[in-house]
Amino acid sequence: MKDFNYHSAKDSKEASKLASSSSAFLAGGMTTIPSMKLGLATYKDLIDIKNIKKLSGIKVSGKSVIIGAATKHVEVSNSKDVKKAIPSLSSLAEGIGDPQVRNRGTIGGSIANNDPSADYPSACIALNATIHTNERKIEAAKFFKGMFETALKKGELIEAIEFQIPEKSSYQKHPNPASRYAIVGVYVAKHKGDVNVAVTGAKSCVYNDKDMSKALTGNFSSSSIDGMDLDSSEMNSDMHASADFRASLVVTQAKKAVDAC
Amino acid sequence: MASLVGSRVERKEDKRFLTGKGRYTADINLANQTYAIFVRSPHARASIKKLNIDKALKSSGVVSILTGKEIADDKIGGLIAGWAIRSEDGTEMKCPGNPPLAKDNVNFVGDPVAVVIAESLAEAKEAAEKVEVDYKVLKAVTSTADAMNGDTIHEGIDKNLCFDWLLGDRQKVKEAFDKADKVISIDIINNRLIPNAMEPRACVADYNAASEEITLYTTSQNPHLSRLIMSAFGNVAPEHKLRVVAPDVGGGFGSKINVYNEDIVCSWAAKKINRAIKWVAERSESFLTDIHGRDHVTHAELAVTKDGKFLGFKNETIANLGAYARVFGTVTPTYLFGPCATGVYEIPAAYTNVKAVYTNTAPVDAYRGAGRPEATYTIERLVEKASMELGIDKTELRIKNFPTAFPFKQTLVHTVDSGDYVAGMEKAKQMADYKGFEARRKESEAKGKLRGIGVTSYFEACGIAPSAAVMSLGCGVGLWESAEVRFNPTGQVTVYTGSHSHGQSHQTTFAQIAADELGVPIENIDIVHGDTDKGTFGMGTYGSRSLAVGGIAIVNACKKIVEKGKRVTAKMLEANPEDVEFKDGEFIVSKSNKKKTIGEVAFACYLPGVRDEMKSPLPEGDEPGLKETSFYDPSNFSFPAGTHIAEVEIDPETGHVKLEKYTACDDFGRIINPMVVEGQVHGGLAQGIGQALYENAEYDETGQLMTGSYMDYTMPRADNFPEFNIGYTCTHATTNPLGVKGCGEAGAIAAPPTVMNAVIDALGGQEVTMPATAEKVWKACKNLKKSNAKAA
Repeated sequence: MKDFNYHSAKDSKEASKLASSSSAFLAGGMTTIPSMKLGLATYKDLIDIKNIKKLSGIKVSGKSVIIGAATKHVEVSNSKDVKKAIPSLSSLAEGIGDPQVRNRGTIGGSIANNDPSADYPSACIALNATIHTNERKIEAAKFFKGMFETALKKGELIEAIEFQIPEKSSYQKHPNPASRYAIVGVYVAKHKGDVNVAVTGAKSCVYNDKDMSKALTGNFSSSSIDGMDLDSSEMNSDMHASADFRASLVVTQAKKAVDAC
Repeated sequence: MASLVGSRVERKEDKRFLTGKGRYTADINLANQTYAIFVRSPHARASIKKLNIDKALKSSGVVSILTGKEIADDKIGGLIAGWAIRSEDGTEMKCPGNPPLAKDNVNFVGDPVAVVIAESLAEAKEAAEKVEVDYKVLKAVTSTADAMNGDTIHEGIDKNLCFDWLLGDRQKVKEAFDKADKVISIDIINNRLIPNAMEPRACVADYNAASEEITLYTTSQNPHLSRLIMSAFGNVAPEHKLRVVAPDVGGGFGSKINVYNEDIVCSWAAKKINRAIKWVAERSESFLTDIHGRDHVTHAELAVTKDGKFLGFKNETIANLGAYARVFGTVTPTYLFGPCATGVYEIPAAYTNVKAVYTNTAPVDAYRGAGRPEATYTIERLVEKASMELGIDKTELRIKNFPTAFPFKQTLVHTVDSGDYVAGMEKAKQMADYKGFEARRKESEAKGKLRGIGVTSYFEACGIAPSAAVMSLGCGVGLWESAEVRFNPTGQVTVYTGSHSHGQSHQTTFAQIAADELGVPIENIDIVHGDTDKGTFGMGTYGSRSLAVGGIAIVNACKKIVEKGKRVTAKMLEANPEDVEFKDGEFIVSKSNKKKTIGEVAFACYLPGVRDEMKSPLPEGDEPGLKETSFYDPSNFSFPAGTHIAEVEIDPETGHVKLEKYTACDDFGRIINPMVVEGQVHGGLAQGIGQALYENAEYDETGQLMTGSYMDYTMPRADNFPEFNIGYTCTHATTNPLGVKGCGEAGAIAAPPTVMNAVIDALGGQEVTMPATAEKVWKACKNLKKSNAKAA
């Protein structure tokens, strides 16, 4: 690891001011620190945002759950309010990494990193989330741009994520046996009027599967997507799972999710 | 006094391990020490055109940078294969040189070419990045099956073939196959594994210019052997000027038997720079450069009669040695593999042929079980297939071919002294509720799941290795063990063992043995190991040998103490030595009932003088003091055996294999500490199940390790396992006074075929290679669905 300057920002304004083209925000550090240690990333400045009080905490209203960006996975999984409002979001958090990761890693960090196999991006898509930054509000559908790529501008800091409370929802993951990241994770959420089927792990970036959404909006039953043959041409293929296997898993996990709703 | 052998004595070592007081190599920091970083080849095969250290030398904090040239100039020897193997045609095996720092050629990713020594770790790392190596990249050979057709890796070694070895009689096998009603054949791959000890390798080397002594602290399973090899073959220092200390070591599983490049380089360099050097592997280095295990490609056949009698067996295996042959690299796929190839069965004719090949991958060596898991996997997969093809119940078919009497002269080499395989099978079936399987299968079926049951009956040869037996087979060395038992004048005991504990609980189990032999309270007994300056030369710990060989040396040394005690007591109590009996720590003259405690005798042995009326307690010919040594060379291997039964449930939609039940019924002979044995069985099972379902070391065609971190290499975790159902049968070994057999490797030996037999049973007999990952199983489920549809 190369030398770097460590800053602890007291508010979003200061964090944003410190940001430069060679800086990174540090929340849980679950990706940033290992990347630096392995020499895959180097930064001149690390700006620690986890001491910014405003960025932590969970607020539940009648329609939405708002989670501060620096809120840890363990806090989401243990929150009685989240469990009551969106139980699938609580169980998603409970299934991330291992206890060490859940005790350090944050929701904002996960979303900002946009790892193609991360769990939270699928929740954002399925639950029609709004990403609150220090500059604006971004709809989840416009936030996730591509592999490790988001709509965030340099120095723009996620402050909170606002999830719409669905009628029913479930997240089902087929984990990579080694890393326990999603080989495929499918988040199904039934809202008033429509159904989202958000898929992570399968392609270079999280996406809403339109065909399945349509089928399930018409008839919210796993039988309506059973045997659906998805196009695997854009699916990821690696030593853990081929594109064809992933395509099959997307349907299987979606069915499971519908059944679990 | 109640016997401690057989009871669940709490582990003496746990206090320090559980309170963070263990002292591992990385915990050792010496005054004025420097830090080493190794510059390693990023290529699997290349020649070194130029190596430039000028820039790196100018980097801050650099003390020295040494390369293959300096180590060659100083005539430091390379790493060696410890066992010479002859090919079927009588020629000696072919081994390439393996210099500690490569000078001309690199042969696997991670092969070290230079060491950078600096004042701090960060400075060493920084400077290492500035070492410029100009490589000419050559085409790598990575496939086990195709290695003989690849480019020649090492000059003069045709077809990359180290040896082409045969055990058995091809002609007899041919005759047996000619008589067979049916031949069952199988092609299998024994997947490559990475041992992944919890503690990565490390060493700290120190040099004392006044005494000219090098001290090496290192993560070794066998410090004495390391010293011998470094001295005799490495030319690092004569043995009396080299002290090797292996303090607490956090797991080995065979990966810490070897003397490694870093041990030799740091020891040599410490003398060169006259300062201490510390090196600790990063986890990525462990993945790349620790020895790997297994990696066989096998074709095997079993000749049978239609009613299920086995007539003949053949085994044609290609074993991958990796880039170089290391200490146990050549014996693992031969003498530790071939003799066990026919399993627990009477098979009149058999042979095993092994072609050992070099590839541009990390060296492959002994990993938990070493050869015996590969042998057991082959025969047990074959027998399971035979039961399917013959339509005979898998347990009945096995019992039909078990030996009926012991000692059992096994087909190829071993004479198994003791065992009762039928009893083991019957007990395992009962424990696993074998009879109830069909009902459970139907329940799974009703849920849309596939359920399978798999059985393995195994034996293994451990307690390596009786000199007479292995040397008659052509091996260069036998592996005895030493023990020294010392009484302090005030009655406490220190036991020195040449074996080494890196998780095996020697401090407890060996103390239990000595406590029973000597009648001394266990808290007054200390076990010392791991330092060539303390205790006698010994061979170390691997091949489940510590108890069956090292433990017996302790028993024998204790018996010598008791014999001397009897003579001393007789003198003190004016009796005949033949009339003195020893029981529970007391020497009793049977005629007079007069007695002396062992403590009193020990004290007397240290005060042998004559003063006033006091007479010397020492009989004529006996020297003062109470200390005895034993070198124990076993008369035979020990042969643990057992039957394991696994049940899996498969989700055909996702290919997920859930291990529902695992039953292990083992015969380890007499058990010293059941708690410790359970730990050993659990650990072995975890690694064996890991091989079957999760672990796989994978290289791409250019020789890059694809599974170089825990993000891609699946280490099994607790939630991958059911509660293990463990039981025992017990037949005492007749070849050692404790009646013990080894228990450390059994789980890793029996679990892979047991689990895979269950998976393949669930899949209607379709072959799946290890590890049975979700995708492979999903594909097999799809095929099964297709073939079932056709059949319907």
